[in-house]
This record gives sequence, C-alpha cells and structure tokens, in this order.
Amino acid sequence: MGSYIPSTKSERAQMLETIGMQSFDDLYADIPGQLRIRKPLNLPAGRPELEVSRKIASIAEKNTRFSHIFRGAGSYHHYIPAIVRQVTAKEEFVTAYTPYQAEISQGILQSIFEYQTMICELTGMDVSNASVYDGATAAAEAVAMCRDRKRKTVVVSGAVDPNILSVVRTYCFGSGAPLLVLPEKDGHTDLDAWNAMDFRDPACLLIQSPNYYGLIEDGAAIAKAVHAAGAKLIVSCNPISLALLATPAEYGADIAVGEGQPLGLPMGFGGPYLGFMTATKELMRKLPGRIVGQTVDADGRRAFVLTLQAREQHIRREKASSNICSNEALCAMTAAVYLSAMGSTGLKRAAESCMTNAHYLLSELESLGFTRKYADEFFHEFVTVCPCDAAQLAANLAKRGYLSGLPLSEREILWCATEMNSADEIRGLRDAIKEVLA
Amino acid sequence: MNFPNELRYSRSHEWVRIEDGIATIGLTDYAQHELGDLVFVNLPEEGDELTAGEALGDVESVKAVSDVYSPVSGTVTEINEELLDHPEQINEAPYEAWFVKAENITEEEELLDAAAYEAFCEEESKK
Amino acid sequence: MKLIFEMGAPGRGCDLLAECPTPYTPTNVALREKPLHLPEVSETELSRHYTELAKQAHGVNDGFYPLGSCTMKYNPKINEEAAALPGFTQIHPLQDTPDIQGCLEVISETEQALCAITGMDACTLQPAAGAHGEFTGLLLIKAYHASRGDDARRKIIVPDSAHGTNPASAAMAGFDVVNIVSDAHGCVDLDALKAAVGDDTAGLMLTNPNTVGLFDPNIAEITRIVREAGGLCYYDGANLNAIMGITRPGDMGFDVMHLNLHKTFSTPHGGGGPGSGPVACKAFLADFLPGVRAIPAGDGLAMSRAPHSIGDVRSFYGNFLVVVRALCYILTLGREGIPEAAVGAVLNANYMMHQLKPYYQMAYDHTCMHEFVLTLEQEKRTYNVSALDIAKALLDHGIHPPTMYFPLIVHEALMIEPTETESRETLDEAIQIFIDVRKQSEKAPEDMHQYPLATPVRRLDEVTAARKPVVRYTWE
Repeated sequence: MGSYIPSTKSERAQMLETIGMQSFDDLYADIPGQLRIRKPLNLPAGRPELEVSRKIASIAEKNTRFSHIFRGAGSYHHYIPAIVRQVTAKEEFVTAYTPYQAEISQGILQSIFEYQTMICELTGMDVSNASVYDGATAAAEAVAMCRDRKRKTVVVSGAVDPNILSVVRTYCFGSGAPLLVLPEKDGHTDLDAWNAMDFRDPACLLIQSPNYYGLIEDGAAIAKAVHAAGAKLIVSCNPISLALLATPAEYGADIAVGEGQPLGLPMGFGGPYLGFMTATKELMRKLPGRIVGQTVDADGRRAFVLTLQAREQHIRREKASSNICSNEALCAMTAAVYLSAMGSTGLKRAAESCMTNAHYLLSELESLGFTRKYADEFFHEFVTVCPCDAAQLAANLAKRGYLSGLPLSEREILWCATEMNSADEIRGLRDAIKEVLA
Repeated sequence: MNFPNELRYSRSHEWVRIEDGIATIGLTDYAQHELGDLVFVNLPEEGDELTAGEALGDVESVKAVSDVYSPVSGTVTEINEELLDHPEQINEAPYEAWFVKAENITEEEELLDAAAYEAFCEEESKK
Repeated sequence: MKLIFEMGAPGRGCDLLAECPTPYTPTNVALREKPLHLPEVSETELSRHYTELAKQAHGVNDGFYPLGSCTMKYNPKINEEAAALPGFTQIHPLQDTPDIQGCLEVISETEQALCAITGMDACTLQPAAGAHGEFTGLLLIKAYHASRGDDARRKIIVPDSAHGTNPASAAMAGFDVVNIVSDAHGCVDLDALKAAVGDDTAGLMLTNPNTVGLFDPNIAEITRIVREAGGLCYYDGANLNAIMGITRPGDMGFDVMHLNLHKTFSTPHGGGGPGSGPVACKAFLADFLPGVRAIPAGDGLAMSRAPHSIGDVRSFYGNFLVVVRALCYILTLGREGIPEAAVGAVLNANYMMHQLKPYYQMAYDHTCMHEFVLTLEQEKRTYNVSALDIAKALLDHGIHPPTMYFPLIVHEALMIEPTETESRETLDEAIQIFIDVRKQSEKAPEDMHQYPLATPVRRLDEVTAARKPVVRYTWE
C-alpha cells in the first residue's frame, strides 16, 4: 500500500499517547457506532508506485492517439510551446492555494494581473476576471450578469456550440430565467428573428463568433439590434481568432467570454480548460469570481491583491454575484505564458495559419465532391455536405490515423484546421479520403 | 462621536431627516466607525419603492458587506451618485453623505432622537 | 518587481511558428483595428520572469500550509506524471467511443471508487470545483421535487457556520436560503432545525465534520428530521478527509453530495484551480445526473446520458486530467490507505490542538476531526492583537497562516488543518512558532501590527485597491 504519511507507526503511537488516548478509535468517539464502517471499503488494495504507474499507463494506452487531427468543435489542437509546460509545472505555482495571503503570493497575484491585462488586450474589453471553469460556464455566468429585476429573458443564438447552449440552459433551470433560442439562418444568428421577437424585456443575446459552424458573425449589426432593444450583447469568442478579427469591443459587445483552451492547454479529453470573462467597466462589479487589483504595500511598493471581494460568496453569501470559489488559476497562468511566448507576431501567425490551412482544407475537400453547407466567411472551421455517409467516413479515416471533422448528421461534417495541419498533411487527408471513397 | 440633534435615528444605524415631506437618509457616524473604511455602495434606482425596515442598498468594506435599511416607506426621488465614486465621503462626513431622498412617505419605523440614539450606541458598544 | 509588459523590446520575441507563406485574405468580415499589444520578450526573459514570480509564491512544497478547510496535503508526483501522459493529454473529447476506452475506464473506475467511499450509488465527474458540485447537487434536488410535482419546496436550510458557497449555490439554483443558528458546540441546533423544516423545505446543506472541526453526533437525527419533512439532505464534502474510510455520508442519511478532489484526493490547487467537484448521489437521484456516464457495453465501455438529466453543468466531462490524478491517488492508497490517511489527519490535528491548548483559547475544546479553530477574542480585547496580526506574524516564519475569520460564528477565528502528510517534526516546529508568536503578542503587542517584515512585500493597502480598482496594466 502506498502512503504519504511521513510519521512512522511508532511516532503515531507516541502522538496518540501525548494527547492521552488509548486507541485511534478514541479519535472518532463522536461518530455513533452504527455509522462506522465495519468492513473494508469496496476498493482494491493499495499498490506501490511502480504498479500504479504501470496500471495508469496501461489505461492510457487504451486510448487512440491520432497523429492527424481535423476535429475542433470546442477543443482545439494547437502547438504548445515548450516553455509553457516548463513554467506551469513549477511547484510553487502548482501546489499553492488561492492567493488570500497576498504578502507571500505576489507571484500568483502578479501572474493573474498579467493574465487579466492580456485577455483585455485580446478582446479589447476593459476588465477581466481571474477565470472561470470553461468557455461554457463563462457564457452561463455572463448571462447571469445581465439579468435584473426588469429584464429576465435570456436569448441565445442557435448558432452557438451546443455544449455552451446546454450549460446555459442548465444554469437557467437553476435561476428560473426564461430562455429563448433564436433559430439560426444560413448558419448565422438570425437577426430578423431577434427583431421579430414579441416580448419587451430581453436581458441579453448570447452569440458565438466564429460560431459553432466556424462562421464569423456580423457583430456590429447584431450589437446595434441588441442595444436597440435595451439588452446586452454577450460574445463567446475564439481567443486565437482575435489576432486577426475585429474584437468584441470594436463591435460593441458588453461582455466577451470564451474558451481559453487554445491558449496553451492540451485537449486532455475535455479539461481542465479555461473560461475567460471580460466586460465593459460599467459591468465590472457584476463580474463573478476573483479579480486581482494593483495597490501598494506598507512601504509604498507596487503590489497586487484580490480585490472587489465583497461581490463574492465568502462575503455576500446568498446575494453573491456567483458561487464560484475555485477557478482555473493555473490554466490562466498557462494562457499568459502562452501569449507572452507567442507575442502579437506569433499569435497572428497562428491565426493566419489556422485560417489559411482551413481554407486550403476546404478547397481540397471540394475537389473530392464535398460541398460547403454555408457560404459565408469562416475562421478555422466549416461544415461540408459529404458525398458519402459522414460517420462511416470518420470511422474509415480513423483506421488510417486521421481524426476527421466531427459528423453533425448523416451527411454533414464540421471540419477544423489549425497551424498544426500542414499542407502536406492536408493532402495526405485528401488521399486517404479518396481511398475511402473508392 | 457625533449625534446631530436635528436628525432622527434607526436602531440599524441610519439617520433620517424629513423636511417638506422629503426624507433624506444616510448612515450614522457610529455605523461608519464600526464598518471601517467603506469601498463601495449599492444604491436603489430613482422611482424604486422603499419599505420601512427593509434594505434599500448596501455598503461594502474590504472584507464585509452590510445592508442599509430604510427607516421609512416611500418612493426614491433622488440618489447620491457621488457616493458611487467616492464612498470615502461616508467615512469622512457621514451626515453630509446622504444615500437617498424619498417622498410619499407612508410609514416610518420607530425612530430615536439624538440622545436616545447615543444611549443606544453606548449599549451596543458594550456588547 | 517588473511586470512582463515592462520587459523586452519592440521586435523581440520567441520564434515559435513559421510565418504563413501566403496568408489567406478574409473577405467581407471586420478585421481587428486596434493593434494587439502583447509582451515582446525573449525566451530567456520570459523564463526568468516566471522563475522570479515562483520565488514570490508559496505552495505546499514550500512549507507547512495549515489552511483550515482547504486540506493542503502533499501533491504526489506520480499523479502529475499520470496526468501528463500523452495518452490522456492528446485525446480529443469528441473522439469516437472505441478510441477513448482508456478515458472511459478512468471515469468509470473513479466513479465507482467515489461511490464506495461515500456510500452513494451514482456519480458525475462533470463539476469543475466544489462550489460547482454544490450547484449541481442542488439542481438534482430541484429536479427531483419538480419531477414529483412538489413545487412548494423552495427553501434550502443552511447553518450559519456554513461555507459561503453553500448559500450562494442555493441562490443560484433558485432556492430561498434559510439560515439556522448553531448550538453552543458549533453543531446543528435540533430545535432550530425542527422549527425551520416544513412543506416548503427542499433540503438541508451540511458539512460534517462541520466548519468548526467537530463531527456532529446528532447527524442521524438531523437527516431524519429533514427527510421526514420531505426534504433531501446535501452533504458538502469539503471535510471528507477526516472521515473517508471511517464513516460514509450515504450511511449518515445524506442523499447527494460533492467531493473536492483537490482537497481530499491530493490533486494540487494550482494557485486557485483547477479543482474538481464530482457529485455522488443515491440511486433515486441518478436519473437526473448531468453529462454522460461510462457504462459497460459489450467488452468495453460506452457513454450514456441519464433519462431525466438536468443537462450539462460544464462542457464535456469536467476537469478530466484532475480526475486522472485523483484516481492515481486512490489506486495508491487503496482500501487500507484511505482510512489510514483520515486517521493521520485527525491525529495530526488533535496533536497540534493539544500542544497549543495551554497557549491559545480553543473555540471548542473537544476532540476535533481534521481541523480545529482558535479564537483570538481575548488577545484582541486585552492586547489589541487580532487573528490577522497573528496570521501575518506567522508569515515571517515560513508558515502559511491558518484560515482567518472563518467560520463566521467564531470571533477572531484561526482555523488550523495540518493534514496527514506533515511529519511530527514539522508539527512540533510549527507548534513552537505558534507559541512564540503568542508570547510575543503579550510581550510586545504594538509590534504585532507591523508584521510581516521578511516577505517580498508587506501588508497591502486593500482599501485603495477596492475604492479605485486598477485591474489591468495600461501602457503609457
């Protein structure tokens, strides 16, 4: 059995004696006898590290690791610079708790302050929090920020990632907020449907851009319509796309959120990821979760501290803006190291490569008889109608080492390309598909 | 500690002045002293209805938040927006840093005069 | 020290990606106008910057971390290696079932182990943190009452000693919060509970051992009162480390609960996250669980959604790589190691409490579980030395201070949780430091307001930080 208890059995016996007890059972005298576990837990016996290491490795080997990945849909295969993993493995960061004791936590606090700054730069928004769980919960928290006594109805574009919609729906089940999904039209948020809505109190509209189908939404037109109705616009955005595309701030979003996984986090079967949340300064005090602020110490030195804490659950309890306590601090640091390593030049290169490779992928697929489902401009994902059964194609490509795009229906596939997919690799995929189709 | 004679006081430490049917409401010197440095206030909106004995907003210090209760029932006609940017005014001059003005006063909590409130505070601080 | 934005030079950077030779030009879309301002630093600068930041951080690896209610135990290295296996990190969450059998095995094994430890029947790993788990569990309670058409049950009872997340989660789940007072021992006041329950009770949220570190001996009676009134009982697993393998929430009468893998199951806190807050429940609530569960299918595993699922509380399957770490820990400790860890935690806490008792006032002088609470009320009154002053003085001795000012029912509280992974010497050294600091606050109380002196920065001006928030760097 493995154990991480440093004291030996005899040391523990001495400690027990010191506190004047006869047996370890005495420690649990308050637990009524009938509640005590009488037989051993239904668990395997403990094992030494070597055996555990082998066991876990053998479990990991049961997964298929694809060398060629053309699937996105909320989790993206990007290059992770070596320095990112090295820096974020530092034990001082990994094994620290929330930086409540600012005097010995400046490293964590400053890293979050730097993260907040970079996320603000990326989105163009005024303020950022220190992170929430993932992109979907970030959207759900953003929705909660917009509701007030007078405006209760939450509206979500039908072109957002179904994962995001599902989480927003669950949070609305909690709060009791009416939720309305605007049907998508040609793969886009349907503004006509928004304008035709026959109720007066929309709290917000949540869109995603690039949206689930990869299309870039007309943010400016949407913002105008949403604001005309007195509601707030929430945009869920892909952080890498923002090196090229207009920022949510530039087209008038009130809140910009997103999934930060592309910023240096592995796909990791879905987590841990990073929910980033930014807003205009008017909404700063409605932001949930931790926020780091700058101040000075007793000697006048610049220093950082968790601030605006009275919004939070440990102080405001049932009236808090959210219940969030633990966040994704280490993932936020990962994103900050990634963005620092990439710099604006590197991030722009990544974004350009994503967009270029995705368009090249499309042209190669078109040469095989695939057609685009939606006509408009996209970032690094797009939907094709396939000349064959989508699921079967995916299964056949998997056998050849390719993780294809995600089948959305019998004939439709949502494809993705990033800077990881070279032109050669794309041609390889094309040839593999050709083989399958033949 | 200051207890102006011309004001009346609630047991939850708000002061109120009613003139020409308009109630002006704020936090007392005792309250600001107990709460420490205030960093933010949440105020109601113009037109909101106040109910005597119920919270009209709250004040935040670094590590705590406390409700501010309305000593009267009525309608908010004006809020002191300056407090939103300068909450320190409550600490510096509590009887000038009013929170809200209200009209259509229909109900009043049982309020204390300055002497009675001072005695009440003395009791409180012994606890 | 400098911010990353104050380092480097224009044009400097790391050469990570090749330039796109013929970049695609997008048509008919708005492009970014404001130039993107990110750090322009060399890899040397970047690397040193974070090394410098690491020196100004304090983790379990840097020293004793008796932060009450947070279970800052050692984070085993094998767990980190396991979570870094490419067979986990490089798996896309939307791969087909035959290609993710390993991940499903991790999920299935962890779910089963957590059910065994908690005495529950079903489990979801989707919640990403403890508070997220609370919210999820409360939604299960909500869905359950709704499924029975019992719409009147709108109230969640929460003791005044509870973590702030409890009432906040209840509010997010759309419930009204009824706070009830604790009795003189910091436990649930049975009369107050009886008076609070009724036809409108949706449930009770409780931590046991509670937030003052005591096991509530009336627990069976408490859960009976709530269930007889038609409510359900939610167990906040924050303090599970004291009792795992000793007693089970499922046997105490609880219906649903969350666990904190980042507390009880040794996964690291990462400076505030990521954590993982699985929710376990009794069979009658299993049909409402969110996300997907791994179920046997043929000779492998498949994914299945509960028939009346509340939906999803997070995308995909939660913080999967954190779950890998926790599974590794469970496999290492096994059925004997789990209770041994609990006993070790309770022993260490009682040992520290016993040795400190002659010097500090205990909030509740009674055999504690994994943590105990001091009150500095007397020191505050006599010497004007507060819990904060004591905590800040400890910083100069390389000890992370205990949790301060919590639970709210104890004035000037310091809550100490040593965990089982500290040796006797570490405890003895820490005890001596606590004693020295206490003596000093009697001898030179005025000095106590100035500490810490030896830390990278000293006490901070939090008032200005909150009044005039500066929450990002701005370039000149």
